[in-house]
Amino acid sequence: MNLFCVGISHHTAKVETRERYALQRSEEVLRSESGCDETLLLATCNRVEVYGSAGAPVPTERITNCLVRGGAGTAEDASVFYRYEGEECVRHLFRVVSGLDSMVIGETDILGQVKKSYASARESGSVGPRLHRLFQRAFRVAKHVRTRTDITRGAVSVGSVAVDLAVKIFGDLGERKVLLLGAGETSERTARALTSRGVTDIRVSNRSFERAESLAALVRGRAISFHEWAKQCGEIDILISSTAAEEPLLTPDILGPMIRERSDRPLFIIDIAVPRDVAPEVNEMDGVFLYDIDSLQSIAEQSLALRRQQIAAGEEIIAEHVTDFRRWFGRTGDTPASAIRTGSGGLDDAALGISKL
Amino acid sequence: MDRQLLIASTLCYFTAVMHTLLAIRERISRPRRFNFFAIGAGFLFQTAFLSVRGHALGRCPITNLFEVFIFLAWSVALIYLLVGPAYRLSLMGAFTAPLVFVLQTFALIAPIDVPARVRVAANPWLEFHASMSMIAYGAFALACVAGVMYLVQERQLKTHQLHTVFSNLPPLTNLYAAITRLLWLGFVLYTAGLVSGFFTGGPLPRVKMICAFAIWLFYGAILQGRHLHRLAPKRVAALCIVAFGAAVSVLWAINFVSQSRPM
Repeated sequence: MNLFCVGISHHTAKVETRERYALQRSEEVLRSESGCDETLLLATCNRVEVYGSAGAPVPTERITNCLVRGGAGTAEDASVFYRYEGEECVRHLFRVVSGLDSMVIGETDILGQVKKSYASARESGSVGPRLHRLFQRAFRVAKHVRTRTDITRGAVSVGSVAVDLAVKIFGDLGERKVLLLGAGETSERTARALTSRGVTDIRVSNRSFERAESLAALVRGRAISFHEWAKQCGEIDILISSTAAEEPLLTPDILGPMIRERSDRPLFIIDIAVPRDVAPEVNEMDGVFLYDIDSLQSIAEQSLALRRQQIAAGEEIIAEHVTDFRRWFGRTGDTPASAIRTGSGGLDDAALGISKL
Repeated sequence: MDRQLLIASTLCYFTAVMHTLLAIRERISRPRRFNFFAIGAGFLFQTAFLSVRGHALGRCPITNLFEVFIFLAWSVALIYLLVGPAYRLSLMGAFTAPLVFVLQTFALIAPIDVPARVRVAANPWLEFHASMSMIAYGAFALACVAGVMYLVQERQLKTHQLHTVFSNLPPLTNLYAAITRLLWLGFVLYTAGLVSGFFTGGPLPRVKMICAFAIWLFYGAILQGRHLHRLAPKRVAALCIVAFGAAVSVLWAINFVSQSRPM
């Protein structure tokens, strides 16, 4: 019984190569044309992988031919495909689903994407008992890795760092008021991230009122004349600034009178403008927390570094599950096998005959 | 027998402290539930100790410095168990357990479990006065703990150092709300304790009265400053720590005075 995975991912190929591969036919056709007993296709923006189970060895080329967009594949592409057999296939899936193989380590979107692929394959009837068991176990592994390690801890993008900080300051964001000063792309992303955490009151102010209006429409906020933004500082909780001003718009002298009436409400300022819109001394003011783009990026990098430290713990959990899964396979009468990770080609395919799980 | 109960209680708090330290070392940010149950177990042993001691004395067991420390530790744990989960401040347990552990360990080691020289007859007003004051101290102690947490969190946010061992502290606004509520709770209980002192029947010791009133005024001033928005949250948090330090010093002084006079 072969259990294998053939795929291409951000580790082995650039997006220009990856985009040439996707399933062009139904999963049932993939299963029948590849000669597998069971197949499952996982296609995300960072990877295209086929998991299969077959009674006889299935050449990698047969799988890649099913994936290539009409004649778009090249001979060089063959070298960017990897193949995992038996135990290594199991380990690879567990790593993928736990976010250990992701571009952003520990990201959790992949679990949802794998679940969706599994549901789709199951619906089409291309998943049988072995892949079913394998993927059910993979979902358990992902849960264990996520709950027993800090692999998902910390924000790793500017927008999510800003949201995390807002939560650390305010807790619930539902009642918080946000002012976007300037209508840059990062401001928009940050505002969207805040909206996803429950913020409903967003005000947008920009030198171009039309641009403010269009951004306000995108983030379900309201546009405010640029001359009136200062008046908002007494009311708002979060200020996201990204104007093209050459001189700081906010200094302690300017901000002091604006926030005098705020009493004990903190003010969180995210300054993503370069040059900066807010003088660094503002951070010294009581109840004001100022973060510029560098500090946000630095926090994101620290989080990523912390996540990398958790990889070893995640691998340990995965190793336990791989052993356990191998035992289960052993009980069902199959033999464990070593792994092969190669590009496609006849030589490697010939070796598959002895790679059984 | 009663000291064994206290040792068992102290061990529970020690377990919570060690668990927190291990969690910090391994950078695991979820010691909450374990701490809650460890403190809960410690609290049960404390309650059993106070009950046994109280039955032996035939009155509320606050007759010497040893008992005062244990009653104070018990009050801190009580308020934590009541307030912590309600305000989602379970992490407070990570700060509370060491405080209670230190209080109890000191009480167990120091030679302060000396029977009061003058045995006073049971007086409900006196016991109400003492117990209310002690529970108020428990609330003030937790306000102090929340104040420390606030200052640590505020410092982390100001300096952009968010990946320290205390990276999982509650939000600033939640901590400030908890400080305010604990201050009010402590202040109301302390006021009740202070007023009930006038009904004890005996002569009122002047030094005790002045000290107790000074503490009451200190906390009253903090609350007033907070209410009128004259004090920034950071200063309220810092004052909670100063005030509790002063209150504990006064408690010590009051007890020192009580060594020569009945409480």
